Amino acid sequence: MRLLISAALTTLAAGPSLASEATISIDIPQLNVVEYHKPYVAMWVEAADGGKVTNLAVWYEVNNKKNEGAKWLKDMRQWWRRAGRELTMPVDGLSSPTRAPGTHQIKFDSADKPLDGLTPGSYQLVIEAAREVGGRELLKIPFEWPPKAPATGEAKGERELGAVTLKLTP
Amino acid sequence: MTNHLKLTLIAAAVSLLALPAQAHRAWLLPSATVLSGSDVWVTVDAAVSNDLFYFEHNPLQLDNLSVEGPDGKAVAPENLAKGRFRSTFDFKLTQPGTYKLTVANQGLFANYKLDGQKKRWRGKAEELATAIPAKATDVKVTENRSRIESFVTSGKPSVDTLKPTGVGLEMVPVTHPNNLVVGEKATFRLVLDGQPASGVAVEIVPGGIRYRDKLNDSKVTTDDSGTFSVTWPGPGFYWMSASVRDDKSKRQRRSTYTTTVEVLPQ
Repeated sequence: MRLLISAALTTLAAGPSLASEATISIDIPQLNVVEYHKPYVAMWVEAADGGKVTNLAVWYEVNNKKNEGAKWLKDMRQWWRRAGRELTMPVDGLSSPTRAPGTHQIKFDSADKPLDGLTPGSYQLVIEAAREVGGRELLKIPFEWPPKAPATGEAKGERELGAVTLKLTP
Repeated sequence: MTNHLKLTLIAAAVSLLALPAQAHRAWLLPSATVLSGSDVWVTVDAAVSNDLFYFEHNPLQLDNLSVEGPDGKAVAPENLAKGRFRSTFDFKLTQPGTYKLTVANQGLFANYKLDGQKKRWRGKAEELATAIPAKATDVKVTENRSRIESFVTSGKPSVDTLKPTGVGLEMVPVTHPNNLVVGEKATFRLVLDGQPASGVAVEIVPGGIRYRDKLNDSKVTTDDSGTFSVTWPGPGFYWMSASVRDDKSKRQRRSTYTTTVEVLPQ
């Protein structure tokens, strides 16, 4: 899976694109708490009827010295129940370390994994965050795939997540 | 019955006599029921109490404790300790899947009269012949079989450990006991010596009794196939128990099943 992460969208001079793109922008809020740990975050796509799950990314403590990072994956309890417990973590191209507060962008191309297997239909993007000694939050953004025209979906968290934006381009 | 649990009540031919609830409740309470990662530990409290889930009466005897791993092999409990109000033990979950914790007891209880005095005896079946004097009168013997269980899953739930042993009253989960979520319906079956236990009243009590005025308990009766369903009103640990009496073994026999299940928020 190609993960293109950039602080800002860089416009690439290129020919007409042959594939659709999905760009997720996610805000991890700065929290003024006594003990701060970067949140575990899971993102996945599920059919609008709650059917098949396509995992996009899981940010967790992959490099924990005592290899105890996986111990808290269950705290993203909806992801754990829908998909996580079926996997043996870490998974190449899916797992990556937790991220610091700020805005993070991930881009997915319909020609590549994991979106290459997404059949046309109604879906929702689900983002779940769980923070050690903190709380948990889950956001959903509905969307149609593949996009016929550029489309944007948004959701806003109240504490553990800030603004989450899903940008689709045909 | 309170309306707290929306229960699926199915009228069924009552083939077994349900018993009044016991004065105390026995339970196993795992520190977690859903775990991720490898080589994780769970610690378990075991007690007999009035309120759930507080230690205020007696520790549960762990002589007949067994921990069965996902592969069917016994897992050795560690750090067994008995306190004034509770027993505890730990175990390591070295493989993914579902573990079953069981405390299964079997014994006899007798009432008799000797020289006009009422006497009571409790012991094992093989001791009965010598335990009660030959000149005793009004001898009443009851066989008690009780099973107290709980389930814990590391990673992906498995089903091999959910099979009943075929002895006593047991619960056969239809919905996996470590996959229970608020607002969703869960279904279980009761079997007596491996056969469907129909018409049995199951008592369901949510934990946290100390912090509310009402018990919020509910009763649901098993149907012809021994099946009952529960739609969980809120998250937390629930205590479920059922008891039946029969005289299939030529003497009064009482079989009890108790389990503790954890219900997670959506």
